[in-house]
Amino acid sequence: MREWICVSSSDLPAPTPPQPAALLRKHGLLILVHIAALLPLVLLISDWLQGRLGFNPIQAATFRSGRMAILLLLLSLAITPLNTITGWRTIIPLRKWLGIYAFVYVCVHFFIFLVLDYLLNPGLIVEAIFEKPYALAGFLAFLLLLPLALTSTRYAMRRLGKNWKRLHRLVYVAMLLGVVHFAWSQKSDIREPLIYGAIVVVLLVLRLPPVRQAIIRTRQRYTRPPHKEQPS
Amino acid sequence: MHFKRQSYPAIPAADITPEALFRSRRQFLRGAGALGGTILLGACGLGSPPAPPAPTPGVVAQLTDELGDPATAYAAVIGYNNYYEFTTTKEDVAAAAANFPTSPWEVQVGGLVRNPQTFAVEDLLSRFDQEERIYRLRCVEGWSMVIPWIGFPLAALLKEVEPLAEAQYVRFETIYAPDVMPGQQSRWYNWPYVEGLRLDEAMNDLTLMSTGLYGNQLLPQNGAPLRLVVPWKYGFKSIKAIVKIDLVETAPLSLWMAAAPNEYGFYANVNPDVPHPRWSQASERRIGELDRRPTLPFNGYAEQVAGMYAGMDLRVFF
Repeated sequence: MREWICVSSSDLPAPTPPQPAALLRKHGLLILVHIAALLPLVLLISDWLQGRLGFNPIQAATFRSGRMAILLLLLSLAITPLNTITGWRTIIPLRKWLGIYAFVYVCVHFFIFLVLDYLLNPGLIVEAIFEKPYALAGFLAFLLLLPLALTSTRYAMRRLGKNWKRLHRLVYVAMLLGVVHFAWSQKSDIREPLIYGAIVVVLLVLRLPPVRQAIIRTRQRYTRPPHKEQPS
Repeated sequence: MHFKRQSYPAIPAADITPEALFRSRRQFLRGAGALGGTILLGACGLGSPPAPPAPTPGVVAQLTDELGDPATAYAAVIGYNNYYEFTTTKEDVAAAAANFPTSPWEVQVGGLVRNPQTFAVEDLLSRFDQEERIYRLRCVEGWSMVIPWIGFPLAALLKEVEPLAEAQYVRFETIYAPDVMPGQQSRWYNWPYVEGLRLDEAMNDLTLMSTGLYGNQLLPQNGAPLRLVVPWKYGFKSIKAIVKIDLVETAPLSLWMAAAPNEYGFYANVNPDVPHPRWSQASERRIGELDRRPTLPFNGYAEQVAGMYAGMDLRVFF
């Protein structure tokens, strides 16, 4: 194995195109995320086109896109705590894509509201957004997520430096607004948004530095016996 | 404000065709009315309905409300229901309610009356002339339908029991049967469902006790065997599966008033100018259409009912 290090680059065989199997190993999880995140959108559009959204298709499409946005943003927020608990670094790149897809569904949701539901009628839209607290909460969540989606590139991360992280902490505010938006839109039974809200709180607690440190210490005690050190 | 109208293409034609059958039944019902259409309605539940005569061409009226809007497809009327006693998912109510027993069924009418009585549903069908009323139904959630109901005016029933002078309100109660109404096992609501009307509202000619729709007996998901229909109020006032009607002195506390007093008032008249705290009531979507239409004051029945509220601030008494 050690000989590898001594081989000069000129001695290496010409680089071969990456093998599908290797690609899958490296990016498998990410590919899965792309498929899992896009599939509901494809299904939503095909159900719409085939008239399979029931008797109130606009409301059904609104609910489905909104729920997907909340679930994907929750998953995105779960990545860092999951990494803390398990130590899996391979899941870190998923965070960004889950967040981007969450924003895609927010946009689909907002599009349905503006174009399909309110037919771009300015009077009704202004009334709906600014007079109804639930709609306002959703709209604010959209406004908060917009700069986060726009600065999700490597370039923006470099440019913003430390501020990038500060800016992206807004995702929690957006997430909570999204859950409130969902809860307020429900007539009375708010069990589903309550569950999401509880998950957000747990995810936030897991990020508190003392909690996080304690989790890391516990994990290291169990997963890294001193006699069998493994590179992570 | 501009509202574009367009038809909803998504319902397969096959789901709409029962209307043809409906129209023929409806003709039959009309024809049989003189002979006692009530007997027919009673019989429907026991076996298959008698073969309807062929509809007479030209006589079959276009089924519309008095504003000229077509009745909502039968499939939607029996497939999209708000009935929390069964499930909060509107499209699942029909299946969840399929085995709900609606016979035998009795309704107690009492309270502040001279002549309290218990009626079997069959008695109601035979004692009161059943008529068809095509009404708009406006749900507080912002959707609406046009439904050809069958029923009789509540006023006729109330006259039978002779309300006393102290009676000011009418209180209605749905059956409490959590074993067959799984939604009633939920603690989110104060079961059983209760609704109320002021006595003059209850006596208004528009107020219907419904026993059927589209020429058929009511199905469980639509409130069988007996429900209220108050077309100028939001749909939740039109209580289903009624077992008890009481004349009372003070305004009853409805299930929705108890659940969210700031959102659901006693009157609940359809009013585009009084927004629900969480959603606008200025416009609505007719089921089967993809556009929005403006919501009408008193759901378009202002001429018949606005007088009852003269001098009242409808923002306060929402």
